[in-house]
Amino acid sequence: MDIRTTGGPATAEEMAAVDGLLGEPQPADHRVVHGGRAMRSQRHLLLPVLHAIQDRAGWVSRGALEYACRRLSIPPAEAYGVVTFYARFAPQERGPVALHVCDDIACMLAGAKVVEGAHGAPCLGLCDRAPATLTERFGEAYEAVQTPAREAARQPGSRLLRRVGVVDPDSIDSYLQHGGFAALKLAREMGPAAVIDEVTRSKLLGRGGAAFPTGRKWQSVADAPVRPHYLVCNADESEPGTFKDRVLMENDPFALVEGMAIAAFATGCEKGYVYVRDEYPLARRRVGEAIAQARERGYVDFEVEVRRGAGAYICGEETALFNSIEGKRGEPRNKPPFPVEAGLFGKPTLPNNVETLVNVLDIVNGEFADTRLFCVSGQVLHSGVYEVAMGTPLRALIDLAGGLLPGRTMRAVLLGGAAGSFITPDQLDVPLSFDGTRAIGATLGSGAVMVFDDTADMRQVLLRIARFFRDESCGQCVPCRVGTARQEEILERMLQSPNGDGRADVMLLSDIAQAMRDASICGLGQTAANAIASGLTQLKVLNG
Amino acid sequence: MFGAGGGTSSYREAEETDLIVLWGSNARETHPIFFHHVLRGVRNGARLIAVDPRRTSSAEWADVWLGIDVGSDIALANAMARVIIYEGLADTNFIAHATTGYEDFARCVEAYTLERAEAETGVPASAIREVALAFGQAPKGMICWTLGITEHHNATDNVLALINLGLLTGKVGRYGCGLNPLRGQNNVQGGGDMGAIPTRLPGFQDLEIPQIHEKFSRAWGGADFPHQKGWHLSEMFEAMERGELRSLYIVGENPARSEADQGRAVRLLSGLDQLVVQDIFLTHTAELADVVLPAAAGWAESEGTVTNSERRVQRVRRALEPPAGARDDVDIICDLAARLGSDFGRPTAEQVWDECRSLSPMHAGMAYRRLEELAGIQWPCPDESHPGTQFLHARLWKDPVEGPLAPFHAVEHDPPVDRLTEEFPIRLTTGRRLDSFNTGVQTNEYTSPLRRGEALVISPEDGARLGIEDGECVRASSRRGSVDVHVRFDHSMRPGLAFMTLHFPDQVATNVLTIDATDPKSGTAEFKASAIRIDRIPASVPSI
Amino acid sequence: MADVTLTIDGREVQAREGSTILDACRRMRIDTPTLCQLDTLTPVNVCRVCVVELEGARVLVPACSRKVEAGMKIRTDSERVRHSRRLVLELLASSVDMSLCSPQVRGWMDRYGAAPGRFGKQVATVAQPVKVDNDLYVRDYSRCILCYKCVEACGVDAQNTFAIGVAGRGFDAHISTEFDVGLPDSACVYCGNCIGVCPTGALMFKSEHDMRAAGTWDESKQTVTETVCPYCGVGCMLELHVQENSIVKVTSPLDHSVTSGHLCVKGRFGFEFVQRRGAKG
Ligand SMILES: Cc1cc2nc3c(=O)[nH]c(=O)nc-3n(C[C@H](O)[C@H](O)[C@H](O)COP(=O)(O)O)c2cc1C
Ligand code: SF4
Ligand code: SF4
Ligand code: SF4
Ligand code: FES
Ligand code: FES
Repeated sequence: MDIRTTGGPATAEEMAAVDGLLGEPQPADHRVVHGGRAMRSQRHLLLPVLHAIQDRAGWVSRGALEYACRRLSIPPAEAYGVVTFYARFAPQERGPVALHVCDDIACMLAGAKVVEGAHGAPCLGLCDRAPATLTERFGEAYEAVQTPAREAARQPGSRLLRRVGVVDPDSIDSYLQHGGFAALKLAREMGPAAVIDEVTRSKLLGRGGAAFPTGRKWQSVADAPVRPHYLVCNADESEPGTFKDRVLMENDPFALVEGMAIAAFATGCEKGYVYVRDEYPLARRRVGEAIAQARERGYVDFEVEVRRGAGAYICGEETALFNSIEGKRGEPRNKPPFPVEAGLFGKPTLPNNVETLVNVLDIVNGEFADTRLFCVSGQVLHSGVYEVAMGTPLRALIDLAGGLLPGRTMRAVLLGGAAGSFITPDQLDVPLSFDGTRAIGATLGSGAVMVFDDTADMRQVLLRIARFFRDESCGQCVPCRVGTARQEEILERMLQSPNGDGRADVMLLSDIAQAMRDASICGLGQTAANAIASGLTQLKVLNG
Repeated sequence: MFGAGGGTSSYREAEETDLIVLWGSNARETHPIFFHHVLRGVRNGARLIAVDPRRTSSAEWADVWLGIDVGSDIALANAMARVIIYEGLADTNFIAHATTGYEDFARCVEAYTLERAEAETGVPASAIREVALAFGQAPKGMICWTLGITEHHNATDNVLALINLGLLTGKVGRYGCGLNPLRGQNNVQGGGDMGAIPTRLPGFQDLEIPQIHEKFSRAWGGADFPHQKGWHLSEMFEAMERGELRSLYIVGENPARSEADQGRAVRLLSGLDQLVVQDIFLTHTAELADVVLPAAAGWAESEGTVTNSERRVQRVRRALEPPAGARDDVDIICDLAARLGSDFGRPTAEQVWDECRSLSPMHAGMAYRRLEELAGIQWPCPDESHPGTQFLHARLWKDPVEGPLAPFHAVEHDPPVDRLTEEFPIRLTTGRRLDSFNTGVQTNEYTSPLRRGEALVISPEDGARLGIEDGECVRASSRRGSVDVHVRFDHSMRPGLAFMTLHFPDQVATNVLTIDATDPKSGTAEFKASAIRIDRIPASVPSI
Repeated sequence: MADVTLTIDGREVQAREGSTILDACRRMRIDTPTLCQLDTLTPVNVCRVCVVELEGARVLVPACSRKVEAGMKIRTDSERVRHSRRLVLELLASSVDMSLCSPQVRGWMDRYGAAPGRFGKQVATVAQPVKVDNDLYVRDYSRCILCYKCVEACGVDAQNTFAIGVAGRGFDAHISTEFDVGLPDSACVYCGNCIGVCPTGALMFKSEHDMRAAGTWDESKQTVTETVCPYCGVGCMLELHVQENSIVKVTSPLDHSVTSGHLCVKGRFGFEFVQRRGAKG
């Protein structure tokens, strides 16, 4: 590709960061160059290279970007589009430390304030530790530190969480002592078809939010004639109030690796990726090390790579995630074609959530039971991840988390995160199942359960949700790009002057909501009005 | 090309072929919209191979670039042919069926071992072999070339060497295959088709064939005109030198600037008894003229047709009133005829065209009305029900072959005339840039933000060796003269190679340096290969 | 390719496999609004103004990119369709200056009763100063609807120069060079192919921009003449837009087999020499 770069040179440090990842550049050959396709096929390395630059230098300068572009044969304008898409990349110079302070719902309720010089951030997936922060120290020894856990979340009697806090997450031997890799061994004996049959029979529904039957997805990928097949583990977990995948990855990373190995074996995936959100440095490290150890012992016999997100909720949407791995802006694709036909790099792809994949172990072992992880946060006594049987009443789950703080009364529960909807105190007996929640117009979504008591400022909560969607919309389709902006503006206007033309504004919001739901490309736009609509109608936030 | 002087393929075919070889063509800059078709082909999976001394912007798109020494094309082509033969990739059925002269050819290329080719071209044997295999194995493939092939003293042999490769592998006369010279000006093809070649009459019909001469003579009221071919441009200059050519009528050419060895050209033009120049500008050539006939601009101020590199005849139309006094070429010629005592009438462009159609079988079906309806028609188009011809030489695949067989031509490598010596150690080659055209008469009128003026482009290594800085003004000298010019370092250049354009003759008279060694068959000069030296100018202004 | 049968607005139609719902609608002469679609570009389906209702689908589907399938039942004028089309047009027009869009766009606004003002006055827009950084063309992104066409034309669908891309995210997404540098510092090669596809007048010949500013731009006085570019031997067809014996803009027909509407800098902007009437050489 004929790339024109006109900025200054990169600094030695920036070049070292890039070369550290890509290897030293070859001296120019004046007689033969193999370029073209071979060069252009490196595009997928863009995000890793940008991370390398920023980890070292703290930001992405023009010189560094152009150096990376020349090495990877990527046009700088496109690469700049990528840099500016992801919240985590900084195209302006800044200091050697970046402090990200969560100002999302749970942390807001816990009194979080974005101090001068810090960056406000949407939910960091640490709601059980609210108020939460992430601190990055740039330089040769890059380091990212999350708010530490208060206590190890142990839950006796649970299935998915049984090894959490029990095994040593850094040691494959510890994992093996707790029955690790038995399922994989069994799966290899059963053969791919039988494994898929078992998964189908278990009626497991995907835990990433869309609740798609996992067996069916596996079957489609296994049947796809085009090669190679890719396995993509969706560990982007960015739905506000959701942190279960983090708990699994941090505490039981080998289980995820084993689940992936089974999935790849059953569906014939030649290559796998784990896409972990940038805000989960510990999970990323643990999963990466688990893969390395498992490979060394021969449990992983296909290629698996850990990829690091860069601060974009939308990259949890599977097709946006594929684009992100491919080194592009995380813009969702129109479907069809579906991932199982044409996903990552245009090839048949199996995208599965972390929890979904971990469930597969028990399915193969014959120990599966229909339980599910819920992330309870907000104004409860013990925020955390809880595993309960499907159909458990919401009230019981909240009790498990210790219930409300002393002396408070329940105001609302937000079920399913920002993309979910509000539940009123009189609906607390709703059974936590797909049908149960559907009956009251709610969804389980990603398993986020945020509890609000009578001290919560629900207006601020609604506004924060509106801002979340405006910030996180990828911006490609009109209903969502402009709709989320208008939604926030109108909501703000309504909340500021309750005596204004409220009825007309409610109509406007509902008009926008319908268009977003009907005409947006992806789930983000399609659900961006849900919580706000339910907040206004169910909770009557305006009137109270 | 075996009886037809035009590119064999349609642009469209470049989009649907398996391999494209750009040989001595920087189409990215000189034929940008053709390159769009090439890139579409590349996106559709075609491999792109570039053969060019410089790593041009076209070459940067190539899967393989071969940086050969200037003027070593035949050595490369013959060595490729030898590999193809040895590897059993020659299309022996096609050769037996449709060609002649294979035995001689095979004997000739036998001497071009990979070792010899490496020595002549400078390109490693392994890369030559790789490209030969790619070309031999591709089910479909095309070779496209420009002035890198034809601006040599042995231009015709160069072209024949490429044609040999096409014949050898049966890559001609089929969809997606072909041999395509990309024409340098909007009507080079049309000019040749119309007989602006010493041996030809309109319709590319051979002047020296009595029946054809007779046909035209009859149509032109028994006019008597020469039975033998005339001179081509270089022969005309030789004739001027000998004093045989004393009077010259130039229509739309600027030889005082565009000829190689400019000093000689100006001297000879000035020495004529009579020089008439018909042009839309008062060019440097026109300034030497005794009579200047101001003409209307063919493409915007008058009616007619032009023919492009895929043999597509298209209409040009009058969009502007020409400036006062400027007249249509047809008008001027008819008036001139009248003054010379011949009544050509006052034909419209369409009437002239219809006369041409009545005499030229390949244009016969191209009524103006049809040219309009079909947005141009590719010749041959023998009658008004014929859609035009997408690619030539399908006849070679007919059984039996229709028309004459296609001949191989044994051609030998013959290095550039202007030898590199200790005194003149650097190879200067010339070419064009994207935003400019030929001598810049037309393009220097718009303000291109890309334009940086003339420069001597060399490798940074040569710069360092010669102790000159980027931007420094130096003296470049050839055996014919010297110019002062700023140098520009460019990493795409290899040591020993220099590049200039002819776009800014008033700023830097590049053609003072070039050699007028010409191809005896086609009459084109060896613009592509001069030997120069570069000297520092004492006390020069260091940079621009 | 085989034909498939589907039903659009209650009428059965045959459509070629691999073609889009939009193709089928056009064959039936159902006027379907489109903003980001162009026959020469890969569908990006981002504007969503072309959505139609497909029986059995949870959400509306974009006609411009959704391929026909046998048995599809489609409605192009249902309440849901009308609502979304109206909202898309309203949302766009409330944030972008669409005054130079084609009359067709205004027609759709009327048809769907779009009233962009109803979101209120204090709403975010993309208003910003015009970028004038070279002599050939200007960029007025306060007119940009982010249809991605220019990016596609500059990129894989034609020019492959990639001088511009979409930068930023959400409402801040915008067309940009690398680090927002001016065109002369960018990779732009001034082919003007972005101008050729821009539906809003955001990208404009400087000649047109200046004439509009001076109040002399008058399309009723313009002629459009097809001819062939005077430069290289590719033979690109040009459309010369001439006002008062001056070329004011150059385009190429989208359906021309040589160009698909695309040109290079010489064909697009290299016409000045026929209007400088002085002698040069
Ligand atoms: C805006 C948006 C964000 C999403 N975020 C996530 C996520 O963080 N993690 C996840 O597993 N799935 C997420 N999904 C769902 C994925 O698109 C996809 O359905 C899921 O990864 C499939 O895996 P599963 O079948 O195992 O649930 C998201 C979807 C949307 C529309
Ligand atoms: S709905 Fe929103 S997030 Fe999804 S594609 Fe459209 S703009 Fe992007
Ligand atoms: S003029 Fe050409 S190169 Fe420049 S931005 Fe537009 S399409 Fe891209
Ligand atoms: S500048 Fe024009 S073509 Fe480009 S996105 Fe904006 S409106 Fe579309
Ligand atoms: S970490 Fe702050 S809201 Fe989730
Ligand atoms: S025209 Fe279909 S989405 Fe824009």
